[in-house]
Amino acid sequence: MPGPIQSLTRAAAILRLLAGGERQLALGDVALTLGLAKGTVHGILRTLQQEGFVEQDPVTGRYQLGAELLRLGNSYLDVHELRARSLMWADDLARLTGESVRIGVLHQGGVLVIHHVFRPDDSRQVLEVGSMLPLHATAWGKVLLAFDPVAHGDLEAELKPYTRRTLVTHGDVDAECERIRGLGWAGEREEAGDGLASIAAPIRDRRGSPLGAVGVGGAVERLTEDGEFPARLVAAVRDTARSISRDLGATLY
Amino acid sequence: MAHRYVAAIDQGTTSSRCIIFDSNSRILAVDQREHRQIFPRPGWVEHDAEQIWARVQEVVTGALDRAGLQPSDLTAVGITNQRETTVLWDRATGRPVHHALVWQDTRTEALCADLAADGGRDRFAETTGLPVASYFSGPKIAWLLEHVPGVRERAEAGELLFGTIDTWLIWNLTGGAAHVTDVTNASRTLLMDLRTLDWDDGVLAALDIPRSLLPEIRSSAEVYGTARGVLEGVPIAAALGDQQAALFGQTCFGVGDAKSTYGTGSFLLLNTGDEPVRSRHGLLTTVGYQLGSDRPVYALEGSIANTGSLTQWLRDRIGLISTAAEIETLALTVEDNGGLYLVPAFSGLFAPHWRPDARGVIVGLTGFAGKGHLARCVLEATAFQTRDVVDAMVLDSGVALKSLKVDGGMTSNNLLMQTISDMLDVPVIRPFVAETTCLGAAHAAGLVTGVWSDLDALRADWQRAAEWTPRLDPRTRERRLRKYHKAVELAKGWIDEDDEIEVG
Repeated sequence: MPGPIQSLTRAAAILRLLAGGERQLALGDVALTLGLAKGTVHGILRTLQQEGFVEQDPVTGRYQLGAELLRLGNSYLDVHELRARSLMWADDLARLTGESVRIGVLHQGGVLVIHHVFRPDDSRQVLEVGSMLPLHATAWGKVLLAFDPVAHGDLEAELKPYTRRTLVTHGDVDAECERIRGLGWAGEREEAGDGLASIAAPIRDRRGSPLGAVGVGGAVERLTEDGEFPARLVAAVRDTARSISRDLGATLY
Repeated sequence: MAHRYVAAIDQGTTSSRCIIFDSNSRILAVDQREHRQIFPRPGWVEHDAEQIWARVQEVVTGALDRAGLQPSDLTAVGITNQRETTVLWDRATGRPVHHALVWQDTRTEALCADLAADGGRDRFAETTGLPVASYFSGPKIAWLLEHVPGVRERAEAGELLFGTIDTWLIWNLTGGAAHVTDVTNASRTLLMDLRTLDWDDGVLAALDIPRSLLPEIRSSAEVYGTARGVLEGVPIAAALGDQQAALFGQTCFGVGDAKSTYGTGSFLLLNTGDEPVRSRHGLLTTVGYQLGSDRPVYALEGSIANTGSLTQWLRDRIGLISTAAEIETLALTVEDNGGLYLVPAFSGLFAPHWRPDARGVIVGLTGFAGKGHLARCVLEATAFQTRDVVDAMVLDSGVALKSLKVDGGMTSNNLLMQTISDMLDVPVIRPFVAETTCLGAAHAAGLVTGVWSDLDALRADWQRAAEWTPRLDPRTRERRLRKYHKAVELAKGWIDEDDEIEVG
């Protein structure tokens, strides 16, 4: 195993120094305290500043800890907050596509449905908030598998076949995830249940990390045309995912 | 006609909005601007009616711009508004004689106490459906006549006009051609006879208000006139008070249909059909809506002072949560309320208990009780309060509640909606269009102008986005209600005569 990386060790020392109180330090003070050349310290501070870990006072030129450090330890978004912020967009998606909408998050090796909007035809439907969807056999689950390394790690060794189309080998799932990462969205046709299909896209936070997935689900006859997912539906789902992500502060798009 | 659009103007307590809907009830554009809140003294709340009129013109223009439409593209405009707020203006110049007195303003409390000294708070209730209280427009007009120099004389000379905000907007929109109000707004003045739908001479005499001030009372859905200016040529085809507009927008067209708007406080209205029902539990009797020459539809109204504000209290005062949505997360860390019951009588108990000497209590505390239980009992308090108001409505009207249609910010709280359904033992339904107030005004205006053919067409545009069905077994429900009512008893009588500090 190689030894510690010197510049990272120095960066950590600078952060500890800045964290030593409610204060701002000048470049010279940092260099003097740590016994380093000013040029070396400046280079490290510039890099930390680009990452948001350090901020420079525009007036005094002094350095202090950046807001990004605080966010690192506080990255968890409450799922009920996610629902509250998604409500309007999810309603719009259901009305635009005529299909039911679900938002899911990773939970105990599956997808927990945290929000469900009925198909807008006033037919009798049951609210499915709190129910679980399989990771490897639904569009929501596949989005999480493709974009969230934690989800991928949660995948069970034995993949349960729900239909004859369910992907049951890890090789097939990994290949599908590779494809989904390229596309930016996931589709699923009769893999979780006969006659059913779903389309989903990732909801991301301000750092671009996947928080969950939003998607539509329904009869395979309505969600696919000649075995393909219609561009109109895919675009509506992806627009919704982008709108929610943007509201949560994501700047990727 | 390929596309038909209807605008709704929602003139609210803090802001004015304009929403443009298409003929499928979909929102095309929204614009919103706030206006100034004026607090000359503690308990006094005023609005600048001319600023409100300016804001309304701005949001109408803003919404048309965003939708890429001209006034000529609009089939009709409907108005919904903060109720009871009172404007007096000069019929020649259009200038208000004073700032508008807002519904929350309590300056007429002494005047109301004087009125109640002769015949009690309910002396006009048989006629108007309302108790004598500072909210309503009648006492506000009387205050302006009495306290603003020259106003009494100018009113007697027929130079002045009165209006609630609907009347003020219609008068301005028509360039002074129409001085009218709708039955729902008129039913909040304390001056209208609920049965004749005309101003009541007895109440006018008691308050010493000249009839010449008052607008003509019209139905909620008919063409009052044609707009000039920012809405040049557009028929003004509906007016409804805000809560009544939400009732209409929630398609509560049948007896037993009810809606509740869950915000900071909450307003529950139940359609009781074409006869006014007098409440024996301190609920208000009000006109729900009247379509053209049809018979009016009446409603019972109950308000709940603390609902969303309880979550804010837990966030801002107690500091248990950092966002409103987190209350659900915290509440779900436990199975149940752990025996805790909260009665949020922060400023007394209102309908149906009416005990100003009550204060809030949390009972059932044990060493087992934790944060999660506290969050649960805060959410459950909203459900119990809803149940109390619904029970009073059912007793007063003999009408059984079939389901409760909900709107407002708190409908995103899944656990709360489920708990309300559990406590009421009826389905709780959230519709797609969350803007039910504006939708109601647009629907009423569109009904008059043929955008929608009839009530069934409006029902077809109303679709459920979510429905919560009761899951609690009857014995558990009854036990929890019994406990809550024991807690209510404990909250009563807390305030003593010498309690200035607690009374605040």
